[in-house]
Amino acid sequence: MTADDRFNKDFRDPDRDRYHTIRSETISGPVTDWATDFSHLDPRWSEDPFPIMDDLRQRCPIAHTERFGGAWVPTLYEDIAAVAYDTDRFSSRSVNVGNFRPPRDLAPIGELPPITSDPPFHHGARKLLLPAFTKTAVARLEPTTRAYCHSLIDGFQGRDVVDAAEEYAQRVPEQVIGDLLGIPQGDRKQFRELIANINREDALDSRDEHVEQLSKMFVFLLAEIKEHVKNPREDLITYLLNVELRGRKLDPNHIISMMLLLFAAGIGTTSKSIGSSLWHLAGNPQDRERLVAEPELLPTAMEEFLRAFAPVTMSRLVKEDMHWRGVDMKADDWVLLSFPAANRDPAQFDRADEVIIDREGNRHAAFGLGIHRCLGSHLARMELRVALEVWLERIPEFSLQDPSTVVWGGRLARGPLCLPLRVG
Amino acid sequence: MKVQIDSGRCQGHGRCYDIAPGVFGEDVEGYGNVPGDGTVPTGNEREARLAVASCPERAITLIEGA
Repeated sequence: MTADDRFNKDFRDPDRDRYHTIRSETISGPVTDWATDFSHLDPRWSEDPFPIMDDLRQRCPIAHTERFGGAWVPTLYEDIAAVAYDTDRFSSRSVNVGNFRPPRDLAPIGELPPITSDPPFHHGARKLLLPAFTKTAVARLEPTTRAYCHSLIDGFQGRDVVDAAEEYAQRVPEQVIGDLLGIPQGDRKQFRELIANINREDALDSRDEHVEQLSKMFVFLLAEIKEHVKNPREDLITYLLNVELRGRKLDPNHIISMMLLLFAAGIGTTSKSIGSSLWHLAGNPQDRERLVAEPELLPTAMEEFLRAFAPVTMSRLVKEDMHWRGVDMKADDWVLLSFPAANRDPAQFDRADEVIIDREGNRHAAFGLGIHRCLGSHLARMELRVALEVWLERIPEFSLQDPSTVVWGGRLARGPLCLPLRVG
Repeated sequence: MKVQIDSGRCQGHGRCYDIAPGVFGEDVEGYGNVPGDGTVPTGNEREARLAVASCPERAITLIEGA
């Protein structure tokens, strides 16, 4: 067998800079009218989007904005589902609404395959990841996840107040994704800092800064990959190095893109679900007490937390000019895919605005619909369940220190960024 | 009672085998499947109905009396 030398030469696309050239004029400032000047970056949307969604559902129901070079915001479940299912007319080549659009010839692969991939490329790129993310496969990570949750709570000893977002919700998925990939323990601190820098709001606001932070992660991952080429082990990096697509090992850029996707999609999302669930339980003692008394209800309650506080909003790009469900969409317009709005549609869910922890038949769309169903949904569910089980077992009584100190945020994944809880 | 999964609609959310493990299984890629001819074992009817009602893709058909 010949040595794997894919990573020893310059494999970066020499034309990559051209991907960063299509930009729209930046329109900032507070939203004047949510129906015609929508922005998911307005802090009022992160703080409490639900009354805004309810209003738009009555008034529009597809809102619009000139920001980001033009974007549409469906608010009905059936419209959001229709966009998610229609890969002929809506492209996934970027799923992050902003002032930058990747050029059309980046499809069908997109920047971070397979989430940004369209058919027919999408199927094979997704298929090779599926076996690593089944319920059975991720169950192997459960014992270490549980032990890690306990160790975090051990560290709270003697404290009255902890920031459950920063010190718990964020830490669990960081650790799990590090374990899954096979990042050595000694490199975890650097790994966490790199992730924090990529997720900084100012880094997300500037395309140049974002590319800069991604480049630093790229260098880190390349070193990890080279170490795995030398010393293969039982982890996802080794799996990605060996797996084949259409009879060939993967292109180095594809491997690194997929790793970047796993951090982007696997950490800031699950952390927000854990944080939102704890926020709800901290403010609703009757639900908290019931779950402490009836732990077998947690899997059902968890689905309701996923419905009511679905963190993730994706997006699509319109392929061609078209009249769609009453509005005139132009090629390259964004469509924001607000699964949180779908999950609060009263036409789809009874008492959609209430959190009912024993709700059954909960057909929510927190993990998306159609071919891009969240690849990591089984992993996310395992983490959310274990994180809540351990918390409720160890800290059955907790409350918000002061509701005004909770900070909500996140553009692709909404949830608490700061969540001071009284645990003493 | 029988159940069928439309493999063209199933996206591997796994709600069926989470909720009704006595009725549904998972394949190596995480898609749901139904062993045998889909007959729901006696005593599993409630879980089977719940699984059908929970599938985000509406990929499961339930045939009463079959």
